[in-house]
Amino acid sequence: MTTKQKIKTWLPLCLCLVLLAAAVWFLGRLTQPKYMSGVLEGAMTAEYYEEKTPHDVIFIGDCEVYENFSPVTMWREAGITSYIRGTAQQLIWQSYYLLEDAFRYESPKIVVYNVQAMKYSEPQSEAYNRMALDGMRLSVSKLGAVRASMTEDEDAISYLIPLLRYHSRWQELTQEDWTYLFRRDKVTVAGYLMRADVKPMKRLPSVPILKDPDIGEACWEYLGKIQALCEKHGARLILIKSSSIWPHWYDEWEEQISAYAAEHGLDYINFLPLQDEIGIDFTTDTYDAGLHLNLYGAEKASAYFARLLADAYGLEDHRGDSAIAADWEEKCAQYDALLDAQLRELEEYGYLKSWTLGNDRP
Amino acid sequence: MLFTSYRFIAFLALLFLVYYLIPKRFQWLLLLAADVLFYACAGWKGLVFLCVTVLVSWLAGMLMGRSFKEQKSFLKSPEGKALPREERKVWKKKRESYRKFVLTLALLADLGILAALKYTNFFISNVNSLFSAELAGVDWVLPMGISFYTFQTVSYLIDVYWEKVEAENNLLRVALFTSFFPLLVQGPISRFGDLKETLYAEHSFDFKGFSFGMQRILWGYFKKLVVADRLLPAVKALCGAPDQYNGAFALIGALFYAAELYADFTGGIDITIGVAQVLGIEVKENFIRPYFSRNIAEYWRRWHISMGTWFKDYVFFPMSAAPRLMKLSKKIRTRWDGFGRKMPVYLSTLVTWFLTGLWHGAAWNFVVWGLLNAVIILIAEEFKPLSTRFREKFPRLTGSFGYRVFEILRTFLIMCSLRMLDCYRNVPVSFKAFGSVFTAGKWREAFSGALLELGLSVWDYRIAGLGVLLMFLVSVLQERHGSVRELLWKKPALPYVVFPVLALLVLCFGAYGVGYDASQFIYNQF
Repeated sequence: MTTKQKIKTWLPLCLCLVLLAAAVWFLGRLTQPKYMSGVLEGAMTAEYYEEKTPHDVIFIGDCEVYENFSPVTMWREAGITSYIRGTAQQLIWQSYYLLEDAFRYESPKIVVYNVQAMKYSEPQSEAYNRMALDGMRLSVSKLGAVRASMTEDEDAISYLIPLLRYHSRWQELTQEDWTYLFRRDKVTVAGYLMRADVKPMKRLPSVPILKDPDIGEACWEYLGKIQALCEKHGARLILIKSSSIWPHWYDEWEEQISAYAAEHGLDYINFLPLQDEIGIDFTTDTYDAGLHLNLYGAEKASAYFARLLADAYGLEDHRGDSAIAADWEEKCAQYDALLDAQLRELEEYGYLKSWTLGNDRP
Repeated sequence: MLFTSYRFIAFLALLFLVYYLIPKRFQWLLLLAADVLFYACAGWKGLVFLCVTVLVSWLAGMLMGRSFKEQKSFLKSPEGKALPREERKVWKKKRESYRKFVLTLALLADLGILAALKYTNFFISNVNSLFSAELAGVDWVLPMGISFYTFQTVSYLIDVYWEKVEAENNLLRVALFTSFFPLLVQGPISRFGDLKETLYAEHSFDFKGFSFGMQRILWGYFKKLVVADRLLPAVKALCGAPDQYNGAFALIGALFYAAELYADFTGGIDITIGVAQVLGIEVKENFIRPYFSRNIAEYWRRWHISMGTWFKDYVFFPMSAAPRLMKLSKKIRTRWDGFGRKMPVYLSTLVTWFLTGLWHGAAWNFVVWGLLNAVIILIAEEFKPLSTRFREKFPRLTGSFGYRVFEILRTFLIMCSLRMLDCYRNVPVSFKAFGSVFTAGKWREAFSGALLELGLSVWDYRIAGLGVLLMFLVSVLQERHGSVRELLWKKPALPYVVFPVLALLVLCFGAYGVGYDASQFIYNQF
């Protein structure tokens, strides 16, 4: 075969392969859920990469961090810059890899980990895995997170080539999929997912019997890894148990976490006994009867935590730093606008219609 | 390692790359290593049985081969030539007996493993029901593709015994022939004589072969993932509840199963032949558009050809020409001439189809299925003179397109009906379901939304329907013009377009990944 023949043979084939790859990429982007309405949690992980200024505090954990703490309040209260890399049902290995990923971009002074998710020591749900990991940029951390998180039915390659996972979604494509093909709106403010509605806790739910009180081996292994990672990057790790009424936080778990923290020289703050001191009232400060705090509860908890971080950990007040302040002013404006929009919606419908996928109140 | 798994695709990609990068003389050894890896992924216990079969076949082949060589060289030697004729005959017979003994032992070992691992529970359950015994079933491993590789080694041994092929002295070469991974899963059951030249040869990269192979692989995935696996939930639902889904549903189930089985089996064979083709290895076709057959005998010459020819060559022909059967036939002819003449063929046909049924599975539904095939073939044979007379009397009618379509549809529906035994896996249930097609009705019910309760949406039906239509059109093209890929190859850009288009069709419309059951190829279980 002459060189000319070789080129004639291989060039069109290579071109076809490139076109195929481009089509696969495009179709993957099109069919991948955009999470711009209804379930917004899936859009949170990717938002982190749009941050303009670094943060002193990084939160990692499940919904108890992204619903219960407001970085804007912490800024307003003590000039603390923080970001919440939380996702729905974020398992501890996902927290570890999301933190590892965050350390590629910045060097926070404090890392706050909410221990609630340590009740899970095995992969749980593909849907939550997707919401936590699809938005991660391709990196060794993402590959590690995928490998650690996969349930039995999943394949790692489908996290790299989304079309392999979402190929059957072409039947349910909506306008949203086309609108957000190459861009996304922000759904959080520095990782905080705002809910301004109120659904008071009426009675304490019954506490199920704890079958296996021991926290799983995998959780301890990853907690150790998180601590080692923080030490490697010069960050201080604080363990917290955020405010909530349910699911129940068992004494057995509390004992194990306290013992671990004491043994490994970590600070552990349980917000549950501090709720009165913070001023959290579950008749007004929750949007789902005690599972999560709403905006009002989150602001109280955040103000308290910001003062604590400033006083006990000596975190710097950045409000005098013009570049950082400008970025946070933007965030504050976005926060206030979002709050206004939700208040208007509440006034008009009596509930947050945008959170119910366009359906009537659930 | 499922053919439809990402792991298999990665395995193939790596194999293709390394295969053409290493020195050519090592290519067949690489294939053997790939076989071991592929088989080990299905479990090391199965690998042990495969190794035993390889070892036995290699040893027996070698012993028989050596015996032939010794016989030839002795008879050609002055010492051999000096022997009187009678003594020569005795000497030859002795060697022949020795080879027969070796062959029998090897067949007993190879088929014994197959029989023990595949049919012990069938035997136990029959003993239990016949004698009201309570023997416990066994939980033995069933090595992947055991029916396929055992039949390949049996054909090798008999061919060596018949001097059709020379025995292979290299153990590793016998191992590669027995375990060549694309064939291992669902055939075709290949013969040593057909494969040896191409399997151990040195292959240079050939763009056309590579291109054809890749297209064939993708076409196989299209059939399997877009058609077969999409129809699978409906077939499972329809066959899983025969009391609920009878009447029209039973017929619909049989039609769906016909499409699913064809797409599944031929899809798997397309992948097999495509993989071999990319590696430069030629494997014989196993299907020639069987649904275009005009009678059952033709159907079986077009469907699973390698199995059909295997049974024909190693069971039907030897049995129908067996001296004992001939003797019996002679005896019968003295009283009933016509029957006596046909008896060897009839008996051989029944035995062949009984074994064919049993090969498909250790269950009575397969046996009955096999015997019914035999009965229909024999009835057709009996009616042949009548049919010939009819053709002669009405040449215009029987030569018309409409009559041809009628014959094709008749054959297709008969095969669909027989396949109900495979679908329901229970003889009485299958007959009941078949009867219900004519008695239970339910046509209105079937087409007023009930089909949407079988696990398929309207879109699933549309995709499967379009997939079947595409398969049909390709088959028509093949029937008229031969290889479609050759047709495309003559056009300047088409071969390049087909590859990405097929790939995208499979990727977008395939039933795979989370939310779909990763189903084995149906013929894997055999």
